[in-house]
Amino acid sequence: MKKLMKGNEAFAEAAMQAGCRCYFGYPITPQNEVPEYISWRMRDLGGVFKQAESEVASVNMVYGSAAAGVRSMTSSSGLGIALMQEGITNLCSTEIPCVFLNVSRGGPGLGTIQCSQADYNQMTRGGGNGDYYLPTYAPATMQEACDLIQKAFDTADKYRNPVGVMVDATIGNMMESVDIVENKAPDPSIPDKKEWCLQGGQRPDGSFARVKGLFNVPAESEEFVEYLGRKYDKIEKNEVMVDITDCDDADVVIVAYGTTARIAKQTIKFGKEAGIKIGMVRPQTVWPFPYAETKKACSHAKGVLCAEMAIGQLLQDVKIALEGTKPITQYHRLSGVMPSAKDMFKLCEKIAKEGK
Amino acid sequence: MLKEVIISGFGGQGSLLIGQVLAMAGVVEDKNATYRPTYGFEKRGGIAFCDVILSDEEIGSPVVEEPEAVIIMDERSFKRFEPLVKKGGVMFYNTSLVTSKPSRDDIKYYEVPCNDMAQEMGSDKVANMIMLGAYIGYSKAVAMDSVEAGLKEKLGHGKEKAIPLNRKALEAGAAISNK
Amino acid sequence: MSEMLYERTKFLTDKPTHYCPGCTHGLEHKLVGEVLEELGIIDRTIMIISVGCSAPAYDYANLDSIACLHGRAPATATGVRAALPDSILYLHQGDGDLLSIGLDETISAASRGENITVVFANNNIYGMTGGQMAATTLIGQKATTCPRGRDPKLDGYPMKACEMINTLTAPKFIAREALYDIPHINKCKKALKKAFQNQKEGKGYSFVEILSTCPTNWHMSPQASMEHVKNEMEEVYPLGVFRDED
Repeated sequence: MKKLMKGNEAFAEAAMQAGCRCYFGYPITPQNEVPEYISWRMRDLGGVFKQAESEVASVNMVYGSAAAGVRSMTSSSGLGIALMQEGITNLCSTEIPCVFLNVSRGGPGLGTIQCSQADYNQMTRGGGNGDYYLPTYAPATMQEACDLIQKAFDTADKYRNPVGVMVDATIGNMMESVDIVENKAPDPSIPDKKEWCLQGGQRPDGSFARVKGLFNVPAESEEFVEYLGRKYDKIEKNEVMVDITDCDDADVVIVAYGTTARIAKQTIKFGKEAGIKIGMVRPQTVWPFPYAETKKACSHAKGVLCAEMAIGQLLQDVKIALEGTKPITQYHRLSGVMPSAKDMFKLCEKIAKEGK
Repeated sequence: MLKEVIISGFGGQGSLLIGQVLAMAGVVEDKNATYRPTYGFEKRGGIAFCDVILSDEEIGSPVVEEPEAVIIMDERSFKRFEPLVKKGGVMFYNTSLVTSKPSRDDIKYYEVPCNDMAQEMGSDKVANMIMLGAYIGYSKAVAMDSVEAGLKEKLGHGKEKAIPLNRKALEAGAAISNK
Repeated sequence: MSEMLYERTKFLTDKPTHYCPGCTHGLEHKLVGEVLEELGIIDRTIMIISVGCSAPAYDYANLDSIACLHGRAPATATGVRAALPDSILYLHQGDGDLLSIGLDETISAASRGENITVVFANNNIYGMTGGQMAATTLIGQKATTCPRGRDPKLDGYPMKACEMINTLTAPKFIAREALYDIPHINKCKKALKKAFQNQKEGKGYSFVEILSTCPTNWHMSPQASMEHVKNEMEEVYPLGVFRDED
């Protein structure tokens, strides 16, 4: 049933409808509606909400409840996510599934409370230590965010890894009608958590649950990290999501995600009016990134416009994807100064003529 | 000259200390030396071994994959490193604690009952120095005076009183391999 | 016909611990194990392990266990409690974990009155990392990061966990004990029993600080270490029950 909601509240509701029963978080603008909404709503569903003393504490509380087999999440923004980095690598090393919602704001440091896409590197390159990846969804609309946050719980459980959902503050704070799937059952392919989760008491085979990530023998650690590597290879192979429109005969291809992609839809309309064929590659997963799909989609265009609300973060992945086959023009606005569909169109006009 | 040695025991036996002393002794004699420790997070009883390389030439990799000499202070180390010794190499092992018996016929073995000998000398703490002495006596990698100088530097100020007993321990070990 | 007079607690696995000779961690685990068995709650106990010498304690415990990030055990325990309301949670933490990197989590969980039992092994030094100064290191005590002895002008004074937690409203039981002779071991076990009894009854936060030894990093023999606890540590950290509320 469609309902007009505020972004942050819709995402919270969607998460709980996907079975999230533990939430721990700390206030930070622009995502405060998430803990506020959950603080009253979670009780209706028999779950637990706690406001933690910091983001550091939040991620460690999630570690505890998720290790006990309960679908758990936290949310934050920018530097709050930065504080959680140790917690994220710990979750990867202990193979504990959970969901991180990042409603990203301007950075670096305290930055601004306005929207940005400057957490791209933090989510995809890892701000934490060691060999790990955080599969991250990058929805462009509130509806897509609700759907992908529900999917994120499945992905996390499927691979026993934390999963991120990154929206910018615009998507978090706006209002729009959404249709949230209610009582969404977990994907049936997910194995029984009781095989590894904390329960208290001996398991039928006589063993006990051991949730740990510290190794004392180099060879054992190497074996485990190699296994993690194979896991991430599998995720790269199977979990890429990308939305490709009008690229087959495009003169220019825009690569953008989130709100920037939504704004770029207007740019594409300008193109249609002016007879310039503009296509778009919109990654819906920023890790794993659709490298092959992007290269293929851009193969006919004269040039590529990489548009983001950050300085050259998405750009790195576009460069990797294209392998030098196309000239790339960069466009960015920062810290809540919104990308302009018109400015992007002016650049597309130039690219359509000269390639860049 | 090139000496590639692995010294291994459990945490607390002083395997790493004699590795450092050996490396320092090499530096005293103007040789190139590297010392690479590997240890677990336990303060006592964990894995503790080091790769020591002494060379007249510049040293490339500090990792000794095929040691020509291996110094073993405990049972676990014996099992781990016996298979790795280079053909024609040598293994010194602490018979006070090691129960395994030599299984190769292409390397030389020296039995050194370090802990028993140390007790007879009046201090458990010098067991590792007896073992180092056994290696020095065999390999002549460095002079005993250089080892003493290295030990002096390692122990630091105020510990000079410990030197004579340690020297005695070194000589006692050397006597075994000099035979 | 022989009669079994004393059995090792089934809390402990057969694996010999890695703890140093004279370290009290092993004894602390044993006492907790006996208490959990006597209270009939061992089958639903989960061990919340911290970073420090007790980091590999999951190898010694016949319990579900979770190894936490440094200082975060009380937060992780809060999460486990949210997911498993009927579980018994046994936290075992050292100085650095409880009073330095984890100070926020320690005070916040105590202030929230989380229904957990925290066992604090206070040995005035950082053991696992090789003997650095701790928040609880005594004035004048030497450590690798205060080789001339702790100087209050540089590093302030020892932090007293029981006294700090005693300023909060929510905690139900706060005690400090030692293990340097049989009467004290018995008193310590009694305190641990009360602390876990509280959790069993859902009463709320219980805290037991145990003056512990670290012979290796104190450069003392095990016997001298116990003497040190009795003669020097107890002067700064008085023993007793600070709070025992219903």
